[in-house]
Amino acid sequence: MSQHDVHDVIAQLVPPGSRVLDLGCGNGALLAHLRDARQCTGYGIELDDAKVMQCVQRGVNVIQRNLEEGLSLFEDNSFDVVLQLDTLQHLRNTVDMLRETARVGKQGIVSFPNFAHWPHRLSVLRGRMPVTRSLPYQWYDTPNIRVATFADFEVLAEQNGLRILDSFGVHEGEIVTRWPNLMASKAVFKFERR
Amino acid sequence: MHFEAPLPLQSGAVLKDYTLVYETYGQLNADRSNAVLVCHALNASHHVAGVHADAQGHPLPKSEGWWDNLIGPGKPLDTKRFFVIGINNPGSCFGSTGPMHTNPDTGQPYGADFPVVTVEDWVNAQARLLDQLGISQLAAVLGGSLGGMQALSWTLQHPQRVRHCVAVATAPNLSAQNIAFNEVARQAIVTDPDFHQGHFYAHGVVPRRGLRVARMIGHITYLSDDVMEEKFGRELVGRTLGDAPNYSTQDIEFQVESYLRYQGDKFSDYFDANTYLLITRALDYFDPARLHGGDLAAAMGKALAKFLVISFTTDWRFSPARSREIVKALVDNRHDVSYAEIDAPHGHDAFLLDDPRYHGVVRAYFERIAQELQSAQSPLTTSQGQPLRVSV
Repeated sequence: MSQHDVHDVIAQLVPPGSRVLDLGCGNGALLAHLRDARQCTGYGIELDDAKVMQCVQRGVNVIQRNLEEGLSLFEDNSFDVVLQLDTLQHLRNTVDMLRETARVGKQGIVSFPNFAHWPHRLSVLRGRMPVTRSLPYQWYDTPNIRVATFADFEVLAEQNGLRILDSFGVHEGEIVTRWPNLMASKAVFKFERR
Repeated sequence: MHFEAPLPLQSGAVLKDYTLVYETYGQLNADRSNAVLVCHALNASHHVAGVHADAQGHPLPKSEGWWDNLIGPGKPLDTKRFFVIGINNPGSCFGSTGPMHTNPDTGQPYGADFPVVTVEDWVNAQARLLDQLGISQLAAVLGGSLGGMQALSWTLQHPQRVRHCVAVATAPNLSAQNIAFNEVARQAIVTDPDFHQGHFYAHGVVPRRGLRVARMIGHITYLSDDVMEEKFGRELVGRTLGDAPNYSTQDIEFQVESYLRYQGDKFSDYFDANTYLLITRALDYFDPARLHGGDLAAAMGKALAKFLVISFTTDWRFSPARSREIVKALVDNRHDVSYAEIDAPHGHDAFLLDDPRYHGVVRAYFERIAQELQSAQSPLTTSQGQPLRVSV
């Protein structure tokens, strides 16, 4: 599944004209797409120097910051949508970040690799950690320090007072609504504070 | 450029009959939309880029402008696309009216009587010069350190006249520690017996000792601990590590002492003591949030420009935390802002050095501005999306 397909799927979840904060915005492609196709405004947060420069090249507002240091730059409810796409699994302070996401945004959209996708389960049944397209690293060098399943996130959201507005899996660019915990390589959740 | 109309100053005083020297690079385009003003910091001037030539037109050695690595043809701020302007601020000692010039009221050099000038006063002086050049709106204003303060102030004093602001290694005001360093420097100067209450010109002397110490303390604060360690360590002058020292309290023993004394000597040859006092005071006084009860976000509300803010991780004189205050104030106002925090080892000095990540971001930003200039379809808008009205 290309990055572009995921962007299209995610972009559909963002209401046109939204004020958007994209945590771990990478090269700014999604924010540029949201700006051009859906008249959204806002900021991206990115740590990597090269990606920050690519955002500036795209004319996307980017703020260079380590997400582990929190979102103190932003006031409560200052965004319509906060995106946290393929970022959560890299962060040490997962719960704090999720709460911060819910604090600064009226809605949050999170995506992460689904550890319960069936090839991963198969691999673990064979006794080995999975190395797949969605989790391409060996256990000893993976930046994905928080692996979770589709079902796990539902529990965490519940514990942190988040109401799930929409959830589905994504695999090969297709939305997976049937048994997403088994059938999808990526989990997507849209939520708000209860 | 000479100005006969007096410049009213923030203090209530006026600067009468003054001259501003400036340099320009590149060509102003037909609709006068590609002008970029570059604001200078403490010891710099209007000579931001390029080299000076001798009478025969040969380039003079070591005459490069102070930001020549950033500004010029094909450089991050490309003078093939932009019309770049450098202006020497009043009160400085590089050609514009300053304390060494004649006070029209007395016929004597101003000396200590040169009126206190602020960042806001400089911006107003620069704006008058742009009026004379027929530039009603800047594509961008760019500055580092004290120059960054001027760039920020431009967006508040003349919001309609600035489309982009690039503020590098700067702060929304000076911290107590920063003012303290300035005060040590000023005390070094005013307690030098050759200072003569600022009227040393009449005595044919220069308060060299004071200027030296002022520059030495400045230099310490412009470098990071790591860079000093790497540059000098505990190296001794004329001996190898492990050799016994001279056991002298006044000889130069360590390389770092030699470096500081050299920098101090060089500085005292060309810099004016009264200018040093004036410029450090301008730094101290800058505080756009003051009129808003200390609320920087309220102060920045006036700005219409889009911003690029850059800081350097090892800069402890104008630390990243101070730049993040600026970013937060802009974000609170929903202004367009990008922020790069460059992990450079060189401390405050990094803003004058050639770091590919830093220069890459500046280049990318100015390329975007150049694209805006070219695209006839997209009219110029403020960060709120309203069309910019140009007032002349």
